[in-house]
Amino acid sequence: MSRIKSCFEQLKKQNKKALIPYVAAGDPNPDITVDLMHAMVHSGADIIELGVPFSDPMADGPVIQKASERALVYGTSLTDVLAMIKTFREKNNTTPVVLMGYLNPVEIMGYERFAKAAQDAGVDGVLTVDIPPEEAEDYVPALKTHDLDPIFLLSPTTTRERMQHICQYASGFIYYVSVKGVTGTSALDTDEVAARLKIINEVTDLPVGVGFGIKNAETAAAIGRVSEAVVVGSALVNLVEQNAHNADGNEKIIKDISQVLSSMRTALDA
Amino acid sequence: MTSDTQTETRLSDMPDKKGHFGQYGGMFVPETLMEPLEELKQAYIKYMQDPEFLEELDNDLKNYVGRPSPLYFAERMSRELGGAKIYLKREDLNHTGAHKVNNTVGQMLLARRMGKTRIIAETGAGQHGVATATVAARLGLECVVYMGAEDIQRQALNVYRMKLLGARVVSVESGSRTLKDALNEAMRDWVTNIDKTFYIIGTAAGPHPYPALVRDFQAIIGRETRQQIMEHEGRFPDALVACIGGGSNAIGLFYPFVDDQEVSMYGVEAAGHGLETGEHAAPLCAGKPGVLHGNRTYLMEDKHGQIIPTHSVSAGLDYPGVGPEHSWLKDIGRANYVAVTDEEALDAFHELTKVEGIMPALESSHAIAYVKKLAPTMDKDQIIVVNLSGRGDKDIHTVATIDGIEF
Ligand SMILES: Cc1ncc(COP(=O)(O)O)c(C=O)c1O
Repeated sequence: MSRIKSCFEQLKKQNKKALIPYVAAGDPNPDITVDLMHAMVHSGADIIELGVPFSDPMADGPVIQKASERALVYGTSLTDVLAMIKTFREKNNTTPVVLMGYLNPVEIMGYERFAKAAQDAGVDGVLTVDIPPEEAEDYVPALKTHDLDPIFLLSPTTTRERMQHICQYASGFIYYVSVKGVTGTSALDTDEVAARLKIINEVTDLPVGVGFGIKNAETAAAIGRVSEAVVVGSALVNLVEQNAHNADGNEKIIKDISQVLSSMRTALDA
Repeated sequence: MTSDTQTETRLSDMPDKKGHFGQYGGMFVPETLMEPLEELKQAYIKYMQDPEFLEELDNDLKNYVGRPSPLYFAERMSRELGGAKIYLKREDLNHTGAHKVNNTVGQMLLARRMGKTRIIAETGAGQHGVATATVAARLGLECVVYMGAEDIQRQALNVYRMKLLGARVVSVESGSRTLKDALNEAMRDWVTNIDKTFYIIGTAAGPHPYPALVRDFQAIIGRETRQQIMEHEGRFPDALVACIGGGSNAIGLFYPFVDDQEVSMYGVEAAGHGLETGEHAAPLCAGKPGVLHGNRTYLMEDKHGQIIPTHSVSAGLDYPGVGPEHSWLKDIGRANYVAVTDEEALDAFHELTKVEGIMPALESSHAIAYVKKLAPTMDKDQIIVVNLSGRGDKDIHTVATIDGIEF
């Protein structure tokens, strides 16, 4: 069974919701990432979403754009990100890791070569923001061959018909983008999200994670009441940005992010 | 006609239903944009067959843009080059000074039919931004134009024009601060304000249906050329030449001839400081296929798939991608893609100005520069049509600075 699937099954048994932090690999420097991943697990993360830096992050707001830019100063490539995950796996063989990024770095590597390398590194799922199922004819089978879960997005503009279509290709979990907009948006309407999740749950048995606009323990808890998982990105990356240029920045970043995740964990479990 | 040719699909039948030109094109966008793109596609399919829409479009192109644009025989230039007869398709004479307005007039009509009240656009040289601000002003619609901070510097005149027209120009500070980043930012705006916003893309790139839609609005260039060259010469040209930024003026000229195999086609990219220096904007000549801005196409990228900085003296060509139809025409060998340097383009700028009294945009100067190479290799009874995509007024400051002149 895939790590993602068993993670959700276990949480369900414990009547708990998944906390999924997002950070960009290599942000603000490559040294921090593996330590930060372990620290996040320690502070209550159930699944880690690791951003693959890209020069043109079309779906991201300013906070995550800058994370990509910081990581690219060190030339953090997809190959480097996979190496980081391999190192993480030396000490952690249970926490699922999902790659989140854009298609072009994957395209250049080749779907098959990428999928194999990702499997070898210990990746569990892949969320590529700019590949809808319509274009994923070769991409999905390559992932599945290597036991990687293709994670797809649903959004407020996705019709029920499209949901059905998309969910045929997805495994692991479904990522519901809570607002029309880019990452880092603030206007999240919990009632509206709940209404949409009801429809999604009619369409698929897969667990649903909600992302975009979850900023703090309260929003996490509110969304956790209606979904199986909450994804927190910009709120954490903001903390990276604040300490990106300090001498002892890495320690401070790990401490700040751990603190926020712990408070979210507590709120989710309450 | 044999049954064979009837069943054969013509090159002009592309793209397929999913917006693919062979392996290129498609819809590589975040999920939030899929439904709006589908709506746009439906509107485009519907209105491109709607006689009332087409009549309104024709009327605007005639009375607002000033079409048809002349096909001018550049007699002196032809003589000096000593080869083929050179005709200039005078898109520089359009309202606002470039071919860009053919597309903005068309997309604005679509926007209105779709009930959108807010218009956004990206721009490089500022020509598309001006053309968008112009049609928005005419209809009194809110207009926001995204422009790279770098381009705002080198195209100050067009920034001011857009502001006079009532548009808000947003300076894009992310990434390389040029056209590609302006496109990213426009996409982000669109995802955020999807309900009332229409995104007028300025070139034949982006996700389906944009490459086809922009091509179809620009194809008026080639359709007029077919008629006009028959009137002048009684036959089709031997070669078509156009500069390539994203590829809209080129595909506009090429597309109506694409099934006429005897007409060869040359798309001219920006070689910047020279292809060998890496400082250029020539993805078709020196890049490889990848996915950016919603479509698969030739790109300038590094070995890890990151998009790399481009350089061209001409802001309108300074883009790391290209419309997907060109990528396909290249691979199947139907069109040729070449590149000329900044220096060659500047020479051509001066030469056309002196020899014909026509000052071309620096973008169009790239096409002229290639004609200078091509014409002498052809016979005197052969014909070249070159797309003079825009006028050079906006570039005078750039040219003067390069020539060491201060105002
Ligand atoms: C006069 C002119 N020609 C050409 C271009 C390049 O665009 P495209 O390749 O889409 O025609 C531009 C773009 O700004 C332009 O202003």
